[in-house]
Amino acid sequence: MDRFSWSNGLLEINETLVIQQRGVRLYDGDDKAKLDVGVALLSTHRLIWRDGKNHDCCMAMPLSQIIFFEEQAAGIGKSAKIVIHLHPSPANKEPGPYQNSKYSFIKLSFKEHGQIEFYRRLTEEITQKRWENTPVSQPISTGTGPQTGRTRAVGIVGIERKIEEKRKETDKNISEAFEDLSKLMVKAKEMVELSRSIASKIKDKQGDITEDETIRFKSYLLSMGIANPVTRETHGSGTHYHIQLAKQLGDMLQAPLEERGGMMALTEVYCLVNRARGMELLSPEDLLNACKMFESLKLPLRLRVFDSGVMVVQLQSHSEEEMIASALDNVTEKGSLTAEEFAKLLGLSVLLSKERLLLAEKMGHLCRDDSVEGLRFYPNSF
Amino acid sequence: MSFEWPWQYNFPPFFTLQPNVDTRQKQLAAWCSLVLSYCRHHKLYTVDVMEAQESPVFNNKKIERKLSVEAIQVVFEELRKKGNLEWLDKNKSRCLVMWRRPEEWGKLIYQWVSKNGMNNSVFTLYELSNGDDTDGEEFHGLEDWMLQRSLQALQTEGKAEIISMDDGKGVKFF
Repeated sequence: MDRFSWSNGLLEINETLVIQQRGVRLYDGDDKAKLDVGVALLSTHRLIWRDGKNHDCCMAMPLSQIIFFEEQAAGIGKSAKIVIHLHPSPANKEPGPYQNSKYSFIKLSFKEHGQIEFYRRLTEEITQKRWENTPVSQPISTGTGPQTGRTRAVGIVGIERKIEEKRKETDKNISEAFEDLSKLMVKAKEMVELSRSIASKIKDKQGDITEDETIRFKSYLLSMGIANPVTRETHGSGTHYHIQLAKQLGDMLQAPLEERGGMMALTEVYCLVNRARGMELLSPEDLLNACKMFESLKLPLRLRVFDSGVMVVQLQSHSEEEMIASALDNVTEKGSLTAEEFAKLLGLSVLLSKERLLLAEKMGHLCRDDSVEGLRFYPNSF
Repeated sequence: MSFEWPWQYNFPPFFTLQPNVDTRQKQLAAWCSLVLSYCRHHKLYTVDVMEAQESPVFNNKKIERKLSVEAIQVVFEELRKKGNLEWLDKNKSRCLVMWRRPEEWGKLIYQWVSKNGMNNSVFTLYELSNGDDTDGEEFHGLEDWMLQRSLQALQTEGKAEIISMDDGKGVKFF
């Protein structure tokens, strides 16, 4: 009986309860232990016994202590027993109910039966030796009395703690991985500052640096995605790339524009151009910058922005007055039109047809009827 | 004689507040004159805003269009600026509609007085608005508050004087 150590009876994280049986009395060797009848619990790691009345009185022994065990049949006035033969205690064994014992075996007496099942389970556990797969530490000793608290616990608290540990681990990993990136970001900031200062210096000293070099530098900046205030000048000091692109667009868009009545939304242009290119796609920014240069390059196209913010590319020959006059005719003919109806009539996109109707309203040629049925335009009879 | 609706009343855009400034001016002008002529025709002097929403003036069931509450408020504000409307409460829930301004009423009353040679006579207010003599005149049935204002306008012009009598007010015309 000196192999037992005081315990609080709580299972460790990886420890599972296998079977428990009440009405068990312990024997130190052949002698009855100075304990009352209690509950015997078998786990994957230990044999635990708890006093039936005083739950604070609880002890445990690792299953690794067991050499072998056997059944002892019941007799007259005697309950069935399991005799368990034990290894000697390890040197660091925690204190238990017995300091020493002359016996190397104990008995479990099953006053309320249950020995058959207990024996079977015990056999299983001893065979499987599951405690070797998932080792648990020895309980921390808080004194010679029964254990009360532990740092690791089972149940919800245990799970929570496990999650917390895992989170800390992940956090650490991520921080390590991104250590380099934050250094890079610091450097990038410096680079941007540097480019900006150079750009402003160029702007100031325009005479000293040749046009070529300026353009080249600006193209580097643009390729890095840094907005350069110098390129925004209206007399089109855009990069070479954008100039070429604008000329290309000028050729490419003539036919489609004429098909569509002289006007296309910028989004339509974007899709058309990129579909045609296949590879080497244009970014929206590049397209926009190229379109802004139409006028300065004297190309027959124009980029136009409506009040609502919608951007279109239109032929220079496109006359807005004509469009509005024809819109008014259409509306008068039909009495009234919605943007959708007008779009269908003209073969335009709904977006563009709405813009045209709004423009006509702005000029005072049309007025609107806004109801639950939708937005409809009438000739302005007011 | 039934009320004649103006052509705008059957024009759906009339019931949408127009964003175009010039168009809106014309639209509001039309609304003001519609409200005033409607009130004149039905001899309405006070309007409750909540009730107005359902009134045929702002709600044309035939074309299924009605003026929104915000737009009604804009129309009323326009009338107020012109001097044809006065709010009775701070919450702007009830108002007086003066489809004829007090000065105009005063003029009509004075004309009648002069025509019948009754200058220098004294009338009670009741006699003016509800007396048999005035039956058939436009100002017959004029509500008290309006009558008083009209007479006050005349008083300002020096054409009448409001006097207190035993059981109310009266007026002497010069």
